[in-house]
Amino acid sequence: MKDLKKLIRYNKLWNYLFMIIGLLATMLGLILLCALMVDLAVDGAPRLSYKFLTSFPSRFPEEAGILSAWVGSFLLLLVTALAAIPLGIAAGIYLEEYGKKNWLTDIIEINIVNLAGVPSIVYGLLALGLFVYFLKFGESILTGGLTLALLILPMVIMATREAIRAIPNLIREASYALGATKWQTVQWHIIPYSTGGILTGIIIGLSRAIGETAPIITVGALTFIAFLPTSPISMDFPFVSFKWLMDPFTIMPIQMFNWVSRPQKEFQLNAAAAGIILMVMTLLMNGLAIYIRYRFRKKIKW
Amino acid sequence: MNHSQKRKIKEGAIETILFLCALFSVFITLGIVFILSYESFGFFKEVSLKEFFTGTQWTPLFAEPKFGILPLIMGTLLTTGIALSVALPLGLLVAVYLSEFAPHKMREIIKPVLELLAAVPTVVYGYFALLFLTPILQRFIPDLSGFNALSPGIIMGIMIIPYVSSVSEDAMIAVPMHIREGSYAMGATKFQTAFKVIIPSAFSGIAAAFIIGISRAIGETMVVAIAAGGMPNLTANPLEPVQTLTAYIVQVSLGDAPHGTVEYKTIFAAGITLFFMTLGFNILGFWLRKRIREVY
Amino acid sequence: MVNSTLKSEVRNLNFHYGDLHALKNINLPIERRKVTALIGPSGCGKTTFLRCFNRMHDLYPHNRYGGEIILYPDGINIVSPEIDPIEIRMQISMVFQKPNPFPKSIYENVAYGLRVRGIKKKQILDEKVEKSLRGAALWEEVKDRLYDPAFELSGGQQQRLCIARALATDPRILLFDEPTSALDPTATSRIEALIVELKKEVTIIIVTHNMQQAARVSDYTAFMYLGELIEFDNTDKIFTTPANRLTEEYITGRFG
Repeated sequence: MKDLKKLIRYNKLWNYLFMIIGLLATMLGLILLCALMVDLAVDGAPRLSYKFLTSFPSRFPEEAGILSAWVGSFLLLLVTALAAIPLGIAAGIYLEEYGKKNWLTDIIEINIVNLAGVPSIVYGLLALGLFVYFLKFGESILTGGLTLALLILPMVIMATREAIRAIPNLIREASYALGATKWQTVQWHIIPYSTGGILTGIIIGLSRAIGETAPIITVGALTFIAFLPTSPISMDFPFVSFKWLMDPFTIMPIQMFNWVSRPQKEFQLNAAAAGIILMVMTLLMNGLAIYIRYRFRKKIKW
Repeated sequence: MNHSQKRKIKEGAIETILFLCALFSVFITLGIVFILSYESFGFFKEVSLKEFFTGTQWTPLFAEPKFGILPLIMGTLLTTGIALSVALPLGLLVAVYLSEFAPHKMREIIKPVLELLAAVPTVVYGYFALLFLTPILQRFIPDLSGFNALSPGIIMGIMIIPYVSSVSEDAMIAVPMHIREGSYAMGATKFQTAFKVIIPSAFSGIAAAFIIGISRAIGETMVVAIAAGGMPNLTANPLEPVQTLTAYIVQVSLGDAPHGTVEYKTIFAAGITLFFMTLGFNILGFWLRKRIREVY
Repeated sequence: MVNSTLKSEVRNLNFHYGDLHALKNINLPIERRKVTALIGPSGCGKTTFLRCFNRMHDLYPHNRYGGEIILYPDGINIVSPEIDPIEIRMQISMVFQKPNPFPKSIYENVAYGLRVRGIKKKQILDEKVEKSLRGAALWEEVKDRLYDPAFELSGGQQQRLCIARALATDPRILLFDEPTSALDPTATSRIEALIVELKKEVTIIIVTHNMQQAARVSDYTAFMYLGELIEFDNTDKIFTTPANRLTEEYITGRFG
């Protein structure tokens, strides 16, 4: 009896020890995340100003800013979203609602999982060969945006499928029982009910796109750009112009990379400042995604 | 044409469009394979496979270029190894803690926050490795050079913790409650249950998670491009600067390698090597995850 | 009943799942080396009651015990908050509804409880594993493949493996929670024969929804309904001349 108590004490000691170790391991990542943010804030916050946001890069660190970088990032993201979202949702709908169990859908499925694991820089090489040289889009915003679209496409597809899969079959049967066709069911039920999940996936995908650097370097984005792309709106007929799609560009993470790689301390402070803005954008988007997921989960209960 | 025929045509057209969208993803893969092979083929016309795989020097940009890929593979393996020795144990600990020990509420809060680790732009991690971690490490390891494999390796490891922990945890949570109860009914503690029963039960899922982590670490670019240096170095010493396959591609892309030159083609040769390294792991991981779903 | 033949005694046991009063004022003696069966319609609380004996409810939040389950001869109260549930589970083993072997070899499944107790000596483990497998009437079927995965056994074999696992630690009471509900008739009758054999060594409490099973294997039967113990007596008595009208209606199949 006494031995038993001793044994239990010993077993429980390990149990508590692990509880502490597990908690520490879990916290370690979070602590590092905080350290990273504090480090960025301490280095970069003094450089943040209205002028920093509205200046072009410069040889003089105090005068350099991120105007061309954030405009580039924004336009790139626009192209990415326009290309990846419809394509990804359509593919997700096909695989969940239409796809029959055969070798072709099997291949498509394995392929999407594999694409999600392909290193981002490989997408850059694809884009370099395909968009830049074969389709002759050059080192343009269009090329960059499409590159990121390919990169996040698997994420959008997987998010769409997961959201659709959560809809119980009952709903489909109810719709078919009323005489609805497949597309009507998809249009009126499947898409509306899975919006929350799809939206979450899209935002997380775009937040990843905004921080992607390597593939955009590979397609040849410039690191020093002291002008803005052509304005999409003009005073003359036809008022709207798509010339900006073919303009050269740079983006936030490349600008940051460029500054980090310089030996001068002043430029590294600029990098930290750019890093703060990147982090804030990423955190905001992820926060939004978490919020949407939470709200939709609360609203719809099957 | 009557109403019902019209509807049939419309439904058929929509299905075809959706199918083409799904099929598009296959063309991305084909595109990757085609472009990489096409450009590498050009490369291997000028450089023999033997030199590529057995040469110990990688200096394509020198006047007398040498094309031995081993230093880049070694650099990739070294940083990946360091990252994994951080990410795998920590990721597993986190997964066990969250799935077996943490209260439900805490798990709900910690999980999304932990996912943020994977959402931080990698260029920010690069900054952190180079300008925060390396100087700290240098205080303890005086031999550590400013560019090294150790610091970016560690940071990459932290970065991929959520990839490892999230999939492992899913696999552990999927272990049915009656298996857990069987262990608790024998008088086992949570610790004993977790390590003797839950981990073996969730083995395929954990293996899949590890593989995702490995594949991430091999393909990660910016952290190593910023903090590991730009020198192909056939070494296993984590204190020295190294260059990975990915960092090499970035280095060449930043310069102006004219289209069609050997120099330009080297990045595709490095890319195809990288692609096949990760492809193997991805397929293995897919197969393992499929297996977990079949077990229960 | 003389105290010395008692293995355990339930006194005024109450159990709450959150706001739900699941067990109400239960009083019941458990005789040493006899089989006590708990019967009653679904939701009557028989499984809940059984799981009080090894404190399985402690694994989930918002559960509360009241009253006592005294374990003899030392007289400790199983459900007392001061008693560590692990201490109880080390002395009282359980066999579940669905066979739940661990994803390990046959040998390691049986040795599990011993390993949890920190026993590492191969010789002791070997002896105990063989003895337990013999006790669970499984030895002859598996002795040549002890290191094969337990999942490869049939459902009935898996359940006997779980019994061997429970026996390996020499429990003072063995709890069975509808042990044959997932098994075919042949496997069921083997397990029943085994239970009758096992009571020579160990006190057994079994929950069953199968009244014939209760009649076949048990010495005493407790009939429960809506969280209350309606009637407790010798099994023969319960099944021939029940005192309570509810008991009679249940065993004659008029409800449940």
